Amino acid sequence: MSFDVDPGSYRHLRLELDGEVAWIVLEVDEDAGLTPGYDLKLNSYDLGVDIELHDAVQRLRFEHPEVRAVVITGGPGRVFCAGANIRMLAQSDHAWKVNFCKFTNETRNAIEDATAHSGQTYLAAVNGTAAGGGYELALACERIILIDDGSTAVSMPEVPLLGVLPGTGGLTRLTDKRGVRKDLADVFATRSEGVRGRTALAWGLVDEVVPRSRFEETVRRRAREAAARSSRPAGAAPIPLPPLRPDGYVYETVAARPDGRQVTITVRGPRPGDDGQGWLLRMTRELDDLILRLRTNEPELGTWVIRTEGDIDAVLAAGARPHAEIGHFYKRTLKRLDVTSRSLIALIEPGSCFAGPLLELALACDRQYMLDDPGRPAAIQFSRANFGDYPMGNGLSRLAARFHAEPGRPAALERLAGRRIGPAEALELGLVTFAPDDLDWDDEVRLALEERAALSPDALTGLEANLRFAGPETMETKIFARLAAWQNWIFTRPGAAGPEGALRRYGTGRRPVYDRRRA
Amino acid sequence: MSIDYSERIPNNVDLAEDRRLRRALESWQPGFLRWWSEMGPALPTRDVYLRTAVAVGREGWAHFDHVALPDYRWGIFLAERDPDRRVAFGENKGRPVWQQVPGEYRAELQRLIVVQGDTEPASVEQQRRLGLTAPSLYDLRNLFQVNVEEGRHLWAMVYLLHAYFGRPGRDEAEALLLRNSGSEDSPRILGAFNEETPDWLSFFMFTYFTDRDGKYQLGTLKESAFDPLSRTCEFMLKEEAHHMFVGTTGVDRVVERTAQLMREHDGDDIGGHGGIPLTMIQKYINFHYSVSLDLFGGETSTNVANYYTAGLKGRWQEERRQDDHLLTEAVAVVPRIEGGRLAQARLPALTALNADLRAEYAADCATGVTRWNRILAGHGLDPVLYLPHVGFNRKVGAFAGHHVSPDGRVLGEAVWAASRDRWLPTPRDKEHVRALMRPVYEPGKIAAWVAPPRSGVNGRPFDYEYVHL
Repeated sequence: MSFDVDPGSYRHLRLELDGEVAWIVLEVDEDAGLTPGYDLKLNSYDLGVDIELHDAVQRLRFEHPEVRAVVITGGPGRVFCAGANIRMLAQSDHAWKVNFCKFTNETRNAIEDATAHSGQTYLAAVNGTAAGGGYELALACERIILIDDGSTAVSMPEVPLLGVLPGTGGLTRLTDKRGVRKDLADVFATRSEGVRGRTALAWGLVDEVVPRSRFEETVRRRAREAAARSSRPAGAAPIPLPPLRPDGYVYETVAARPDGRQVTITVRGPRPGDDGQGWLLRMTRELDDLILRLRTNEPELGTWVIRTEGDIDAVLAAGARPHAEIGHFYKRTLKRLDVTSRSLIALIEPGSCFAGPLLELALACDRQYMLDDPGRPAAIQFSRANFGDYPMGNGLSRLAARFHAEPGRPAALERLAGRRIGPAEALELGLVTFAPDDLDWDDEVRLALEERAALSPDALTGLEANLRFAGPETMETKIFARLAAWQNWIFTRPGAAGPEGALRRYGTGRRPVYDRRRA
Repeated sequence: MSIDYSERIPNNVDLAEDRRLRRALESWQPGFLRWWSEMGPALPTRDVYLRTAVAVGREGWAHFDHVALPDYRWGIFLAERDPDRRVAFGENKGRPVWQQVPGEYRAELQRLIVVQGDTEPASVEQQRRLGLTAPSLYDLRNLFQVNVEEGRHLWAMVYLLHAYFGRPGRDEAEALLLRNSGSEDSPRILGAFNEETPDWLSFFMFTYFTDRDGKYQLGTLKESAFDPLSRTCEFMLKEEAHHMFVGTTGVDRVVERTAQLMREHDGDDIGGHGGIPLTMIQKYINFHYSVSLDLFGGETSTNVANYYTAGLKGRWQEERRQDDHLLTEAVAVVPRIEGGRLAQARLPALTALNADLRAEYAADCATGVTRWNRILAGHGLDPVLYLPHVGFNRKVGAFAGHHVSPDGRVLGEAVWAASRDRWLPTPRDKEHVRALMRPVYEPGKIAAWVAPPRSGVNGRPFDYEYVHL
């Protein structure tokens, strides 16, 4: 499975550029599902469709500095979007469903991130029915404009029709983002036919309802208004995103080497003469792509060992003043790591360059092992990158989350920026888990990794997801924790995925059978 | 602190070349010596005629000399490696044995080694005051031989912790020296090792019954798929055999002396003549056998089943057994009490491995009793000594909370209370034995409650000066 696509190869959506406004038009090719067994009817999506959406959102930020508003809409004469394809879900195994939901959620978050931080405001022009994941896609936009034609509805039919939850943050965004009252949200989420026109507006499900005759004109006006409010700098140069062309899992700045049930990921710092920004972007793109591919293609590589190689000063220089888009991209990539259901172990060795932005990789890990070899000193170093440039989904820097009970710690640590921190000090400061010396290192690391690999993967996923996010809840953490955990439970219950469950029986004309006992 | 390792610590683990191990032992050894001086034998001696293992071969093992105790050279020896050895049981059966600790089993292996290691110094602590009442220099020397070898067994376990378990292993090795037998704050792990060995009859019983438990535990670890543990235990078993020899012949000599006194005075009641009556010997057998049975744990154990399946700990003589060595379908018959009566339960063999090992042990213990009865018969006396029922006086497992007589009857509380003084040592019995414990340090002389050995150590006569005080 590859995530490297470009607009020339899209099969499911059109990217139309009109000055300050871009249009992402969903015209899903029914016959172009990723695997046989389902047709992508009614603008429904599978991972292949979402990879194109993800690519479009990403390219608009880098390659189109002139775009200040983005309209997502359905192709002429179609529904807006019917959400994730049900037959695809019904035939997918559990891990695929979960990984698919994770990726689609990350793309919805990226849409909100573009609106919040890049002056690219997303608008949903709901010109036909938006059901389930289709309406959730609209919810990720800043403004939802619903066509008022007496028949087009927004709906969340997952619970009544499929026996599962809306999987891309819909419930959370209804209440937390749009402020829909919980009782109305309850009615909405259990009413399979959804809500139309004025009621949708009254309940806060959409921002505006517009008759068919004035719909397109209104959407254009709203897009222009949003563009006018944009803070996006004028006259910026586009940053092209050429294909990555990795050799297997070996990229230019990132390489992954599978070994048994684990994979060692080595991130290389900038080389002398490298353009710092260029390195940061390339590294981010490669790491991002690698994370997505490993998550999707290598479910049995349960432990990711993360290493770096390079010059600390060069990394600090490259990360000093990142281009805004590159910085936000790296932030999103680190967030992907945070929600990756693999054990993450950082090995900080001599010759490594866990400094500034790359130190975030180590801090994202579940454990940090730092080699304390007096003959070959290893070091880490802070920069402002570690104190708020790259917040986690909970809004905290990784250091602030690590020392959540000691609010003064990050500020105290920030005073150490500017110098190397060796193993003993790093251990003392609580920045690393263990600092074995050269005599112990090999055995200690081997035992830890082997021990890890023997534990229940499910329990580890739960453990890691619980421990990584100390501190406050945000919409993002609720989606990746509360929603994901409940959904994953429901996915494995007979009422959803069993032979008589709602997902499997959907479209067969037979009623699902539920276990009537509440658990 | 700098040590000439091959000289100071005889070993066959290439200590001189292993930096990591050397560093670990450098910090551990002073702690061990401090422990020995504080918790080792209380009787000061100049030197003791001891056997020191200097190599694994036959000659290297039988190296005798007078040695000042603190200078004893505690060595590190593993039996020779069999390069073709394979796992003999469990789900890894047939695969090559492990030369490194698999991370998957680190915690379990470390626990097994720590528990085994904890018992070794414990017995030194339990026996530390016995030298003050030794019946002869020969016995005193045997006591110290047992003590230094238990100390060496501690070294053997510490070696494994240091060499294979990294930082957590070193921490556990430290803790082995911090826990002390009978200590209120940090006692030894197993309860039986927190009881002081108060007298020499108890010492002989301990080395017969309790060290024999150690032999069987080591025998199961000798089967381990973790090869260094297996080889360590194989070598330890050779020394353990000597400890049992001390116990077996010690009880032999007590029975011998009792029989002589019974003949001389033509009666059972020889207490007044400086001997230990047979009934009292029987009570000590009853006590030490039953508390040693408790060391095998409950009849059923899922931990032990897991150890077996993983290949960490096998059965006694695993490779001689004629079965599939997986035991996933096998059934074992285990005694227990149902509705106030003795009954047999059919259980999955895998979870009943403790009972299996205990049965092997019990059969072995019975041979000693046969031997002691033969001594009685040789004096024309009735062979009256016996092993009590497996359910007698048990605090652990299926019989805990019940009362079972030595001949296997389930008793009510009242009957038990009325009878127990006939079966277990009473304070008066203990006082009688204690009163007999007067040191005899003159070469060739021996206390009156025990017969001299048939031969001395390493071809030396009984009156050899085994210990210089």
